[in-house]
Amino acid sequence: MPSYSFVLNGEKVTVQAPADMPLLWVLRDLLHVTGPKYGCGVGVCRACTSHLDGEEIQPCVVKVKDCADRKVTTIEGLADGDTLHPVQQAWLDCDVSQCGFCQPGQIMAAVALLKKTRHPTDADIDGIENVCRCGTYARIREAINKAATKITP
Amino acid sequence: MADPIEECLLDGIDASTAGPRTVSRRRFMVYSLSTAGLVVAAPLGCDTSTAQGSEPARAPADTVVTGTDDEMLVLEVTRENKVVVRLPRVEVGQGITTAVAMMIAEELDARLADVDIPLADARTKGNQNTGGSDSVRSLYDPARRLAATARARLVTAAARRWRVPAWSLRTEDTKVIAPDGRTATFGSLSAAAARVRRTSVSDRPKPASRHKLIGRPTNRVDGRDIVTGRATYAGDLHVAGAKPTVVARPATFGGKVVTVDDRAARALPGVHAVVRVPGGIAVVAETFHHAFQGRDALKIKWAPGPLGSLSDAGIRARLKAAVPKLGAPPRGSKQVEGEFEFAFVSHAPMEVLTAIADVRAHRAEMWFSAQGPMAARDDIASAVGLPASAVTVHVMRGGGSFGRRLTHEAAVEAALISKAAGRPVKLMWSRNDDTRHGRMRPATHHRLRASHKDGRVVAFAHAMASVDESYGSKGGARQALFVRPAARPAPSDSGLYNFGRLSGDSGGVELAMPVGAWRSVDSGTMRTAEEILVDEIAGSLGVDPVAFRRTTLRSKAVRAVLDKVAEAGSWNAPLPAGHGQGVAVHEEYGSCVACLAEIDATDPKKPRVVKVVMAADVGTAVNPRGLQAQLMGTAVDGISTVLSAGLHIDRGAVREGSFADFHWARQRNAPLHFEAHIMPSTAEPGGAGELGVPAASGAVANAYARATGTRPRRFPLNF
Repeated sequence: MPSYSFVLNGEKVTVQAPADMPLLWVLRDLLHVTGPKYGCGVGVCRACTSHLDGEEIQPCVVKVKDCADRKVTTIEGLADGDTLHPVQQAWLDCDVSQCGFCQPGQIMAAVALLKKTRHPTDADIDGIENVCRCGTYARIREAINKAATKITP
Repeated sequence: MADPIEECLLDGIDASTAGPRTVSRRRFMVYSLSTAGLVVAAPLGCDTSTAQGSEPARAPADTVVTGTDDEMLVLEVTRENKVVVRLPRVEVGQGITTAVAMMIAEELDARLADVDIPLADARTKGNQNTGGSDSVRSLYDPARRLAATARARLVTAAARRWRVPAWSLRTEDTKVIAPDGRTATFGSLSAAAARVRRTSVSDRPKPASRHKLIGRPTNRVDGRDIVTGRATYAGDLHVAGAKPTVVARPATFGGKVVTVDDRAARALPGVHAVVRVPGGIAVVAETFHHAFQGRDALKIKWAPGPLGSLSDAGIRARLKAAVPKLGAPPRGSKQVEGEFEFAFVSHAPMEVLTAIADVRAHRAEMWFSAQGPMAARDDIASAVGLPASAVTVHVMRGGGSFGRRLTHEAAVEAALISKAAGRPVKLMWSRNDDTRHGRMRPATHHRLRASHKDGRVVAFAHAMASVDESYGSKGGARQALFVRPAARPAPSDSGLYNFGRLSGDSGGVELAMPVGAWRSVDSGTMRTAEEILVDEIAGSLGVDPVAFRRTTLRSKAVRAVLDKVAEAGSWNAPLPAGHGQGVAVHEEYGSCVACLAEIDATDPKKPRVVKVVMAADVGTAVNPRGLQAQLMGTAVDGISTVLSAGLHIDRGAVREGSFADFHWARQRNAPLHFEAHIMPSTAEPGGAGELGVPAASGAVANAYARATGTRPRRFPLNF
């Protein structure tokens, strides 16, 4: 079986996996990194949203071979030790979460948005496709706007 | 040493907390089990006779839960200064662990961070069901009394240690504090407190006027775990040897395997086992990637399920025909009538059904999220041929539920697979499995008629029919897991309004489809239809919908929440062209709610609810911020189910497969502005988790009607 190395949350990891194995199952089943969640397996619900070289991806539709020698960041790699990322902190301050299952993906999507667009408009935030079945959207919007004021370039 | 201490607190029940919603004025037993540390227990649930009559089991010094503890709420103060209460309910996002932690912290004067609320394993007795918006109502008294008793013992123990009068001590931040400034943590007093038989201070809960935490908007206790990815759901657990498992399922409901060729699947690397279960063919593999590949390599010939060629049109026709006839209207009255149809709706929790099963020859151990873990354990035991006492069920937090986890077919299936494969398994239903094999809110058809005379409604009739599941109780599908509160509207509600003679009836169409209770159950469709008709009655009488409701609502509390949203939401303010406002109210679970929605229906095919204002009176709101979150969720339920989210049935199968075509609201469909007002109240808590659905649905439909000049009849509107 082929072997692939990539940087996961700042640490180099190597896995033996079929080339077409989705990153989601590499993370969850081989590396036991379970922050990215399965919600559909077809890149639609976006509960698994993470970053590849700083860009938003849905690991359920990204093959492990396409991650070789690149940087993968999951929700587990977002905080700096005990210091939360400003988006995580805004999520806490706004008490966004309900069941919590989609929130790692929502946070990673928000971080990616804020990276590109420091002061997102309502329309920019409307562009986030991640499903929240609990319906926390209003607090997600509030948290993104709050985080936008905290993030320094 | 370990003699349990019983105390009768009958006379100790604070009159202010013994209102009409109190379970009963029963003998309230609190006892201490252990001398190793303070452990107190209070009876819980409705089966008070058992708790009353039985002696608590004599427990070894290090045992926390034995015997009758199964029907108790048990509080333990650890030496590490943590307060632990194992909760016989499930956390699925509704915030019950936060609410209970607040009740406990309030009465103990503990720091919220020192209170730990793990979920209890499935028990053998008592009420461990989560449903009916009942959790806060059923736990509010026991939890506070439990903690108040623990506090009294801790204070008494400190007084003895310091030889000072107990009344001179106060409690704060999980410590007892003496007038001279000495402090002792609860943890350091726990062992001594366990030996206290007679407390020197009151062990009754505080009056509401002294509440510092209950009623204060409080963030979730699990918030940090969630935003860091540490919150653990069943699929995140690493149970030794439990291998990823998926099931190949038929396209149709109840389709059956005719033949299977599993040679290619078995030959794949990483595939460990292929076993047949009633729902299809299970593949156990090294990872979910391998399991899905194995599943897709199976060559299966399926026979269609019992629905045959039945599709939506046929189901809708049968439902319409099954609606009982309305009686004759009062003589001389004019009629406002409407027929309403609601499609099937998936519960679609973000976390698909997932269960870990380790079934051995003489025992089984299971991990999954369940609203009714006791029934689940019984069904698992009978499915795999073990006594219930040999089955351990660990209840996991759930990634949403909305009623989906009231049944436990995935857990039963996981147990069967584990038994057949002879190894532990981690079974996951795919999103397609969940969307296509249920469960679903049943499709319904409603016929409503209001009769008015001289400007007043003199009769109101509502007859409806819904799809009922016609087969099997496997997985607890048909088990009533909780008793609906008496306040629930009967078919033909309208009890909310002074509408003269009320009548109603319901019929059913039995079909072999997996339906289930969906947040707010029957009210989600019935009361929505009624609130739409109320607007049409108002229109027919030439009266404003809010003014009409104000003059016809029976309850002052409902009028008050309606007034609140009308004021806060600027009812009848000038709106841009294509916009419209709608209101609706609902009363259930001892609570009431109003919703005002504003919709932009400039493009009627792509309407956007831009603003939602809700107001709720739930009696004492333990955590107003959590309650606002619940209302926010129900607003999105209303938006989704009324405008866009439903399931089609094509020839015995669900057409939709995931969130790609099951159009649940995304951020772009959610209101840009949401606010929820909580009415001040000192009454006992009512239920809240499901409360908002009918009001939100009704308000969205009424707003759409006013914006477009149409009469919404079939839901979802854009389907």
